[in-house]
Amino acid sequence: MDAIQQELLTQVAGLHEVPEGAYNIRANGEMAGRNTTANIDIITKKDRSGIDIKIKPGTKSESVHIPVVLSKSGLKESVYNDFFVGEDCDVTIIAGCGIHNSGAEASEHSGVHRFFVEKNAKVRYVEKHYGSGDGSGERVMNPTTEIHLAEGASLEMETVQIKGIDSTARVTTAKVAEGACLVIKEKIMTHGRQHAETDFTVTMEGADSSVNLISRSVAKEHSTQLFRSRIIGNASCHGHSECDAIIMDEAGVSAIPELTANHIDANLIHEAAIGKIAGEQLIKLMTLGLSEKEAEEQIVKGFLK
Amino acid sequence: MLELKNISFQAEDGGKEIEILRNINLTIEDRFVAVTGPNGSGKSTLAKIVAGILTPTEGQIFLDGVDITDKSITERARMGIGFAFQQPVRFKGITVKDMISLAAGRDTAVSEVCAILSEVGLCARDYVNREVNASLSGGELKRIEIAMIMARKTKVSIFDEPEAGIDLWSFQNLIRVFEKMHEEIKGAILIISHQERILNIADQIVLLADGRIEKMGNREEIMPALLGIGQPCKTLTEKF
Repeated sequence: MDAIQQELLTQVAGLHEVPEGAYNIRANGEMAGRNTTANIDIITKKDRSGIDIKIKPGTKSESVHIPVVLSKSGLKESVYNDFFVGEDCDVTIIAGCGIHNSGAEASEHSGVHRFFVEKNAKVRYVEKHYGSGDGSGERVMNPTTEIHLAEGASLEMETVQIKGIDSTARVTTAKVAEGACLVIKEKIMTHGRQHAETDFTVTMEGADSSVNLISRSVAKEHSTQLFRSRIIGNASCHGHSECDAIIMDEAGVSAIPELTANHIDANLIHEAAIGKIAGEQLIKLMTLGLSEKEAEEQIVKGFLK
Repeated sequence: MLELKNISFQAEDGGKEIEILRNINLTIEDRFVAVTGPNGSGKSTLAKIVAGILTPTEGQIFLDGVDITDKSITERARMGIGFAFQQPVRFKGITVKDMISLAAGRDTAVSEVCAILSEVGLCARDYVNREVNASLSGGELKRIEIAMIMARKTKVSIFDEPEAGIDLWSFQNLIRVFEKMHEEIKGAILIISHQERILNIADQIVLLADGRIEKMGNREEIMPALLGIGQPCKTLTEKF
């Protein structure tokens, strides 16, 4: 891998060297490295581009890294990855995609990740998106995530896009069975003329299922963002979504929440707040010796931490 | 040393200019000074003018002989003026340790943060990584606000009604913090307060009324008048 690809790997997966455990690294549409373990197998799909990740029941404290890097301008790819997580597992999955575009043509990655999480399994899924390069070609990222949580399973998804992605449409759907729990934490920052759309649909099918969806975003300069969330309660369940956005300069943010309760004991809540940085927050940090610009940076950094 | 010379402040209210402060002359040495007076007498405005949050309509402010009247909030903070807000500000994602580090102007070790928090009566380990947000009570936020001033080691520390909005237990604790500050005084402490127990700690008390200094002196001179012992305080009796 060249230096640019190494930097992208560091940004999206925190990798400075080959990771421990199972991994599959994809660079410019090709496999750049793979390792499997006794408990985690990675198999190339035969019918389309992508991989199946199969994690044996009872696997604990293991991780899978599956980062993707694109450094060739004009490359467009769609990748389909399926995760089969066995019963009673406790694993961490680190995904992420980095695009470096120094050319004039658009580079685009569309990744479809499907999670089949069996009974009582526990998954932490981290997905980071990052763009770099000074070319005029757009960096486009369209991740689709489909989650199926079986009885008593849990998945915590952390999705982060902090820099360099010109356009993104992020679609996440989930079905949550009895006693299962889904937590999604999203952080997005857009600047320039970037546009980001996120669309979450979570259906709680089983009794005592729950979802907690937290989105924090910052829109700077002329960028725009659209946040949509739908939580559907078909059983006795708890659903909470929270969308907090800081708007700066000439940016625009829309939040469209939707709650649907189809059961008398479905308990659903949505909170949304969009606004500029509060003047009192800036003044407080200025009384600690920060300039207005430093105060603004500190507030944004903390908000997206 | 902080000097206020002929400070006046006017604000617009419903299209009319209202005089909030008029010809305030005050010299604050390295002592514990309490500013008190009825609601609306201009106490908080005076504190904000010293911190640079408000700009006086007239007059000058000197810190150690340097005219700071035109200095920004940031410049004054860097020159050694600290300000604890009456209503502490909340931040999403910024932890207590982050705030203490920002106040100190450097990355502070957990042990150092714990030591400062313990001084203001917070069980430190429980708070270090807490966000300075709505999950903290008013009393906890007040004490963190004071901890920030302690971490800054400022030349002039201003506290705007530290007792406002806190419960009795937190108030008792607050008194102990200020008593300790008074014992170990370094620089000037300017405290805006209505509370007798805080006024009793002060070396000097300034009584504001209708935007003017009504009385000024040491606590033995001022407290009897404020409490109605001996000569009643005309200003306060008229007000209430």
